[in-house]
Amino acid sequence: MLEFKNVSKWFNGTQGKVTALKGVSFSVRPGELLAMRGPSGCGKTTLLLTAGGLLRPSDGQISLDGQDPYALSPEMRSRLRGRTIGFVFQQFHLIPYLTVRQNIMTGSLAIPQKEASVKAQQLISRFGLDDRADHVPAKLSTGERQRTALARALLNEPKVILADEPTGNLDEDNAQTVFGYLGQYVSDGGCVLLVTHDARAAAHATRSLQMSRGRLVEQIDDTGEYFERGKK
Amino acid sequence: MTIWNLLIREILHRKLNFALAVLSVMVASGTLIGSVTLLRIYDINTRKLLEQKQAELEKRMAQLQDDTRKAMLKLGFNVVILPKDQNLSDWYAEDYASKYMPEEYVHKLADSGIVTVRHFLPSLQQKIEWPEQKRKIILVGARGEVPNLHKSLVKPLVQPVPPGTISLGYELHRSLGIKVGDTVELMGRKFTVHACHEERGNKDDITAWIYLAEAQELLDKPAQINAILALECLCIGDEGLPIIRKEIANILPGTQVIERGSRVIARAEARTKVEEQAKIAIQKEIIAREDLRVVRERLASILTPVIVTACAVWIAVLGFTNVRTRREEIGILRAIGVRSRKIMVMFVSRHILLGVLGGALGFVAGVLAAVYFGSAHEAAQIRMIDMDLPWTGLILASVGGAAALAVIAGWIPTIVAARQDPADVLRNDN
Repeated sequence: MLEFKNVSKWFNGTQGKVTALKGVSFSVRPGELLAMRGPSGCGKTTLLLTAGGLLRPSDGQISLDGQDPYALSPEMRSRLRGRTIGFVFQQFHLIPYLTVRQNIMTGSLAIPQKEASVKAQQLISRFGLDDRADHVPAKLSTGERQRTALARALLNEPKVILADEPTGNLDEDNAQTVFGYLGQYVSDGGCVLLVTHDARAAAHATRSLQMSRGRLVEQIDDTGEYFERGKK
Repeated sequence: MTIWNLLIREILHRKLNFALAVLSVMVASGTLIGSVTLLRIYDINTRKLLEQKQAELEKRMAQLQDDTRKAMLKLGFNVVILPKDQNLSDWYAEDYASKYMPEEYVHKLADSGIVTVRHFLPSLQQKIEWPEQKRKIILVGARGEVPNLHKSLVKPLVQPVPPGTISLGYELHRSLGIKVGDTVELMGRKFTVHACHEERGNKDDITAWIYLAEAQELLDKPAQINAILALECLCIGDEGLPIIRKEIANILPGTQVIERGSRVIARAEARTKVEEQAKIAIQKEIIAREDLRVVRERLASILTPVIVTACAVWIAVLGFTNVRTRREEIGILRAIGVRSRKIMVMFVSRHILLGVLGGALGFVAGVLAAVYFGSAHEAAQIRMIDMDLPWTGLILASVGGAAALAVIAGWIPTIVAARQDPADVLRNDN
């Protein structure tokens, strides 16, 4: 469903070239929740935005639902994104003047659908937001906000959910709830790329990868020492 | 969910930003419409004022014609007494007599007991070359009025020229640069300038008046005159002139009498003069109001673009503020697949909406303010129906123009919003 082939991304800043991703290769298949772990600044968010068609890689190739999003025009890429991807962020990014229901339905701005309101109501019920449906984000708890963001991501029935630290602002109970919903989505055939530094994520992931300084590494022993993948 | 829903909810959420932008458009539109309406009100008032003055003039002229006719029936007329041998064709051609008669004639007339004449004015007139200035002039010697001793004394109609002084017609003093109090030399004799007359548009403009005795000396006509002007002759009816002629012929057989200017001419001249003055006053009013209109138009043509530009800048600033405030919102919308074209449509629609609202409010405010201040300033009640303005066109221009202004002013912020890179917002999230 989502495949990275030797993807690199660097930025030319005032202090020279900064490499955020370096030769990253991996794939996420339907029914898989891939946890991409690593410390802050290791390139996790860059990887997620690159996967979401929002940040063109400097090198390498990405395949999303069998298409290279960066080979498409910006308008077609937006369409692919709306149809294929659901985003969940640590800061929720809910629109402050819209109610829970309206926030969930913003997905229909990208892919107009007749049954958007029915679907939104189903998601509201599924995520336990019935009594909060007409409240604006400022009136919600952080857990409710994240559930609203998750429901919004699911409105267009995406094939992939890209989640960036979705539990970063949540307490244990709410984090477990979010992981539960993501697990259910994977069970239903969806796939999730979860970037996080939360060690709890590994318990819910079908597979975990570790990132360090823009590279993928994997843990091979109990000492906690990381080695670059393919160089064992 | 549609872009329209999103737009309305955003406006309701950020009321102040939207209200300030609407206010800016309203000010711009109101200024423009107010200027047009004010100028229109000014034109209407000018038309009304001139119509009123014209009506007053016509009424006054009708009244004057009647009054003058009645007054002239009772007023006297003027005659000139000339030497009997004076050829009248020459007199009419030259406007002064070439023959002379004794100055004592005037005393004889004044002492005669004649009652039909009130004022006697002897004069000696001759066209001469002013040797010192090398130009032809008419020299008039006059001594003032000789009182009719058999009638009660009345105020003299003509003021005399004192001895040793000279009065000059307009063309003479203007072309020679002479002022009252200057000393001029005429035929070897020095005179102090007693008066410099205003332009009369006749031979008086090239005439110099001196005391009669001095004129007789200069022209070598001692105790001679060539005309006696008899003023305010009081004979009522068409038989007046023959009666006076007969009376004067009895007293002064060596003379002839002719009327100087008929009553009809005098009446017509009086009327014409009043009419001309009234027309000049109206013309001056027209010019003054036209000048004021030009000033107002110029002021409006400077002030209006300045205000419209300032409002456009303010709308753009508010647009940038709105885009900046909505940076995260735009980023997430773009991330979930909303195309940049839709973002653009949302912002353009917002500007059209605020333009239409501001334009409509500005139109109403501009017209009402113009009517209020215009009426107060012009001290006249203006009714909308009197204005005869193309209201439909003005409303469309106001609303359409305001919408265009808002879209143009908000275009750059709109482009910035549509081109905003969602990755920038989302990457800075962590």
